[in-house]
Amino acid sequence: MVQLVDETARTKSIVLEVPGWAGHRAGQHIDVRLTAEDGYQAERSYSIASAPEDRYVVITVERLDDGEVSPYLTDELRPGDELELRGPIGGYFVWEQKLGGPLLLIGGGSGVVPLRAMLRHYLAIGSAVPVRVLYSTRALADVIYREELMKMIDDDGLDIRFTLTRQQPAGWHGYARRIDESLLADLAFPSNEHPLVYICGPTGFVETAAGGLVALGHEPSRIRTERFGPTGA
Amino acid sequence: MGALDGNAIAGVLHAAFGEEMTTATGTCATCGATNLLATLRVYLRAPGAVARCPVCDEVQLVLIEARGFVCVDLRGLAALSHAE
Amino acid sequence: MAISRGFRGRRTGADPARVPPGQYVTGDFPVLSAGPTPHTPLAEWTFEIRGVVDTPVSWTWDEFGALPNETITTDIHCVTKWSKLDTVWRGVSLDTLLDGVETTAQYVLAFSDGGYTTNLPLDDVMGGKAWVAFEYDGAPLDPEHGGPARLLVPHLYFWKSAKWVRGLELRDRDEPGFWEMYGYHNYGDPWKEQRYAGD
Repeated sequence: MVQLVDETARTKSIVLEVPGWAGHRAGQHIDVRLTAEDGYQAERSYSIASAPEDRYVVITVERLDDGEVSPYLTDELRPGDELELRGPIGGYFVWEQKLGGPLLLIGGGSGVVPLRAMLRHYLAIGSAVPVRVLYSTRALADVIYREELMKMIDDDGLDIRFTLTRQQPAGWHGYARRIDESLLADLAFPSNEHPLVYICGPTGFVETAAGGLVALGHEPSRIRTERFGPTGA
Repeated sequence: MGALDGNAIAGVLHAAFGEEMTTATGTCATCGATNLLATLRVYLRAPGAVARCPVCDEVQLVLIEARGFVCVDLRGLAALSHAE
Repeated sequence: MAISRGFRGRRTGADPARVPPGQYVTGDFPVLSAGPTPHTPLAEWTFEIRGVVDTPVSWTWDEFGALPNETITTDIHCVTKWSKLDTVWRGVSLDTLLDGVETTAQYVLAFSDGGYTTNLPLDDVMGGKAWVAFEYDGAPLDPEHGGPARLLVPHLYFWKSAKWVRGLELRDRDEPGFWEMYGYHNYGDPWKEQRYAGD
């Protein structure tokens, strides 16, 4: 482990140097395995937050208070510590240029992690595919990669919108509710443009978002989903 | 606690089959629906991982990791292939 | 295999004499499931004893609630390596439920909502070793943990304590249940570490 980066009060990015890493595709994940001195093991999957073009392999971990693995990763790890991992894994929830677009990325909570990898990759290759992002989280303080996403909006002109479901800052003009069909209707590419959609987050969020898009006429085969669970941290 | 999906067992499936499996298509032995393994409803926290058909909920695939081996039971699938 | 410096997991210290080989003691109560949580309305719930019996018997939820029940404090051991000590349940003993049932059967197959099954020798659910439990830790059993009622057979690995249990089928011949068919041990004694078939 090279470095820990605080993203929000409860999430940290863990920057890893992985000898022999042969590269990955945006959206893939790694499986991390921890082994205690007495042989006890615990394993969890984490989406890769870095793009294939980035120097290090980065994961972003949300610390669950009653978690078994996440508190270790966010509180105990020190630079120089070794982490056992397997990967990169996944061939379904990946985006690359040849898949085209328009591209609609929808993330709930820590579901934004693989989408951030896709956005970094998108920018690194200079893609011109139309892209829109919807990121749902509780409050502005919980927005992971906040500075980076703001830069993508301001400097790169990306269409990234937030819905803050529990608390909004004074003067907030963005969405302020849990994702629903009318929010999606506002924001998504029209179904006749056949966008390629990636939805990631807790199961309930994913199913609401996917169901809403299908109700708006999007083909299920153009919607790719990845569900995170409490067991994922 | 809702189910996860096939992405959650991508690593174990890769280890068992020697290749990426979440993009493979399975045909449900109960209802005949064809689904990408990535879309199966997966129940991870059990003595084994159980992957169910997203259409009829019947068990398609069971994964057990025991004594260093991965055992995959595909009884619930009538067919499994990489499409195209 | 890399040792992760400083990693302990959720384990707590415990008297080793109470912990079967290969197990780790946990303070919480993990939810393990092979499928979606069933939600049978209590008005439709029944518990049946059927199969190799002179007369099948069944109880509705109200009838079941009128049966004598007891508090059980016991340790439980899951094959996924966690053990939980001093868990407190309230349930109806299988001795009560099987009282008066005439049978030559030697085996039972417990069956549950959602299709789950598990098999046991009849002897292992008699003699004060098994209950149908409807309360955990002083409160009605949560659906996530098998409510309204689950089998409780603490001397065997906890996959034998079928959640959402709806009855027992008494059988002359043993028939493997869900996990037993997928390679888990037919009997499942945690003290002999009988996790997988062939152990």
